[in-house]
Amino acid sequence: MGKTLAEKIFSLKLNRDVKAGEFVIAPIDICACQDGTGPLSVRQIEALGRGVANPKRSIFFIDHAAPSPRKELSNDHKLLREFCRKTGCILSEVGDGVIHQRLVEDYAKPGDILIGADSHSCTSGALAAFATGMGSTDVAIGMALGENWFRVPETFRINVTGRFPKGVFSKDLIIHLIGMITADGATYRALEFGGEAIENMSMSERFVLANMAVEAGAKTGLCPADGITQEYLKRMGRENDYQPLAPDPDAEYERVIEIDASNLEPVVSCPHTVDNVRKAKELTDIRIDQVYIGTCTNGRLEDLRVAARILKGKRRHPDVRLIVCPASRRVYLDALREGILEILVEAGASIMGPGCGPCVGVHEGVLADGERCLSTQNRNFKGRMGNPEGEIYLASPATAAYSATVGHIADPREVL
Amino acid sequence: MRGRAHKFGDSISTDLICPGRYFHLRSNLPELAKHVLEDADPDFPKKVKEGDFVVGGQNFGLGSSREHAPTIIKLAGVAAVLAKSFARIFYRNAINVGLPVLICDTDPIEDGDELEVDLETGLVKDLTKGIELKANPLPPVMIQILKDGGLLPHVKKHGGFKIG
Repeated sequence: MGKTLAEKIFSLKLNRDVKAGEFVIAPIDICACQDGTGPLSVRQIEALGRGVANPKRSIFFIDHAAPSPRKELSNDHKLLREFCRKTGCILSEVGDGVIHQRLVEDYAKPGDILIGADSHSCTSGALAAFATGMGSTDVAIGMALGENWFRVPETFRINVTGRFPKGVFSKDLIIHLIGMITADGATYRALEFGGEAIENMSMSERFVLANMAVEAGAKTGLCPADGITQEYLKRMGRENDYQPLAPDPDAEYERVIEIDASNLEPVVSCPHTVDNVRKAKELTDIRIDQVYIGTCTNGRLEDLRVAARILKGKRRHPDVRLIVCPASRRVYLDALREGILEILVEAGASIMGPGCGPCVGVHEGVLADGERCLSTQNRNFKGRMGNPEGEIYLASPATAAYSATVGHIADPREVL
Repeated sequence: MRGRAHKFGDSISTDLICPGRYFHLRSNLPELAKHVLEDADPDFPKKVKEGDFVVGGQNFGLGSSREHAPTIIKLAGVAAVLAKSFARIFYRNAINVGLPVLICDTDPIEDGDELEVDLETGLVKDLTKGIELKANPLPPVMIQILKDGGLLPHVKKHGGFKIG
């Protein structure tokens, strides 16, 4: 019997046949933390007293509250800087970008096992790395010992056929899927994406799928490593990191879900769960106060590009604040050079430095009581954007950008 | 273990347990614990007593990987969390910080019920209702970590992982 991508990665890593359901201790290629989880990891590593096994692959990203809006967080940042200086671990500074975006640009590669103290660490799964989120102590132990334990997950295969209609993106696909299987429908499983629509999909779009796997409860979201992966790694200056990796044709899946992309429409996750899904065109009576375009889900160059296409020569609706946050310094620079940021600023956007922006509820756009935000982020839980009295809707950058111009949720196919 | 049930609904996210607006308190856990679950029940931090149980529905602990969420539930004195199902990262984090988590049918349990919980057998008695519920057993690796008091003490004690 063949192997799923998850089984294949663990089997390659452990040099023996590994099946779903097995508990294994596996070596870790990359350990990552951010400024919300890193300080606790540092304290745990110090409490264990065994140092860091592989400092050059242990990375601390200052992105959640960057630059720091409070002295307590400044002190947390200082702790991370001093620890990295002392141990040789890598520090990603204020303005370098969001953990998951930086991991896919500069670190993760096909076949890696990656653990991150951030739930969206599954993003790197789009590069065919077994990438998963864990807590601070698990990642601390991973950093100290160079290994951790895993239960090899069963896999849901998501076969996507057909062509995406104009105005419909992978964000719509993943929101649709989560609506279908629910927010805990894939708990403990790996989601494995494949089929002709995935084969033709850019890495930028694939990252969205992997990123939101955890919103269905999944441990990781995986895409095969193919020519598109290779091209992406080459563009990132890492061609040698490429190896092809695909599931076996006779792999055993717990469930196979077929989706025809040509039937999809722009969709929106409504408050307060990601699986509360409605069609964008049915929500035109929902007025919005803030639009946020950015995050590890949809803060890439392609996302800003589509937003600029819609916003060019237009203005944000006077009642809507438009916040844009490139996911990394590289994205920021590319968008700057391409003239995208100029278009967005002219349309009334506030451009934040690379980082998580208002998604985490710390700064740069905390909602007021009763306010609504339409965001390209991955999560709309009560209180997520810093105020439990606020409401968060999730959509693609196209839906977000178009809605910003009309002041309510709207279907971007009207302008694309 | 014996204590009172604090009943919550489905989908109690880590944002409800440990709100993002207290991000700056993550290096000050006793202060952070004063806000535990306050967005799900504003009175919870005041009324919870040592040895009480948090009882949830489906998908308890979904969302962020913040280990601070189970940590402050434990710091508030909660003896164990019972739910119909848990989100994966929260479940693993809870064991890692030494907070017992049990999967069982929590529908019959009401807020304020007196519970008796046996971690070894997984038997949950609702003394108020006079009924018994059976919890699913933890995987052996997690029982071992929990017995050692959490992941850090486990690794210290065994010099690495001891998972059977």
